[in-house]
Amino acid sequence: MWNKRKEEEYPPKSPAAPPAPASQIKENAPMSTNPAPSHHATESRGPAVIGKSVMIKGQIFSREDLTIDGEIDGSVELHEHRLTVGPNGKLQAGVKAREVVVLGTIHGNVEASDKIDIRKDAKLVGDIKTARIVIEDGAYFKGSIDIVRPEAARTPATAQPKAQPASSTSPNSAATPATAVAGDSR
Amino acid sequence: MLRDRLRAEPSTHSLHSPPKKSGAGQPQNRASHGLDQFFTSLPDQESLSILDFSGASQANISFITSMGHRIYSNDALRTMEEAFGSGGDFIANQSDPERAARFLSENLEFADRTFDGALIWDTLQFLAPPLLQDTVDRLYRILRPQSSLLAFFHAEEKAQTAPLYSYRIVESKVMSLTPRNQVRPVQYFNNRSLEKLFQKFHSVKFFLTRDHLREVIVRR
Repeated sequence: MWNKRKEEEYPPKSPAAPPAPASQIKENAPMSTNPAPSHHATESRGPAVIGKSVMIKGQIFSREDLTIDGEIDGSVELHEHRLTVGPNGKLQAGVKAREVVVLGTIHGNVEASDKIDIRKDAKLVGDIKTARIVIEDGAYFKGSIDIVRPEAARTPATAQPKAQPASSTSPNSAATPATAVAGDSR
Repeated sequence: MLRDRLRAEPSTHSLHSPPKKSGAGQPQNRASHGLDQFFTSLPDQESLSILDFSGASQANISFITSMGHRIYSNDALRTMEEAFGSGGDFIANQSDPERAARFLSENLEFADRTFDGALIWDTLQFLAPPLLQDTVDRLYRILRPQSSLLAFFHAEEKAQTAPLYSYRIVESKVMSLTPRNQVRPVQYFNNRSLEKLFQKFHSVKFFLTRDHLREVIVRR
């Protein structure tokens, strides 16, 4: 009898009910202004980032925008994308990209098919080949500058996805394919 | 000794100090016969190579590259300061063969006959012999025949200090001078001493300006 009474107080749960559909849950849940996480979150995550404690010796190839705030010894190629060298970034490397923004240091030749932007307090030692260059007062540059005018027949730029379907979940890795060889972390 | 006299009142100012915030740091545009002669003397073709010692600036880079030329930029005053220090030993350190060799290799290590023109501005007046002559000889080697070099020297013999400027090209006949500092030049140069300094070159032409700058166009 006690057990029966217990059942009345605590009615047994119905056998393994399927979880309520998301829409139904939402109706009862507090409203959130944040959109529900998407299965394609990596497509809107922003540029790949190499953090300031990372040191890489080797070649880096990227098919998306890349920000480097660590140390690179080798080469960096992002033919249709933008490379940003952060204030802590130190590159002892040749660079090829569509656009290059320098806030840190580059020792090496730079080819930017569209534009190179050297900010105040940045340092670039090497030869530059680009269509346009912007250099702020206070930036240090030593080397030659060749302005290469863009070809007359250019195809219109089409929006390219920033990342392919992710096979790596690390937020601090360069996009595939990468031949970067991780060196000593600092 | 000349060196002792120049060392008597060593400059306490860094060559590379940023411009003062007072009105003395404001850029001043003025016409320049030397600059005009320099650009007029360039061959009428694109893809020339111009050496610019003023340090990278948007103005100079844009002007020269818009003419279709390649510019080689270097902040010679900054590298001078890094090589020889900015204190009282700035002049004495130039006699150190290792430092002098490093300065030449960092600033003028180019193949012979690389450049079609050189904008040296006022950097030569801060070099002491024998480095001064070594630098001029190196400039002679790296310039192509018929090319020109533009250099400025302070023209007031009795002045204790000379203004240090940042030079920016505004037009082919106009430049902008932004005062940076007052520094003590290594020595005073008159026309005769400049002719002797550039004796290897084909010709030397002088223009004296109202702000006591001697603009010198030297033809290789």
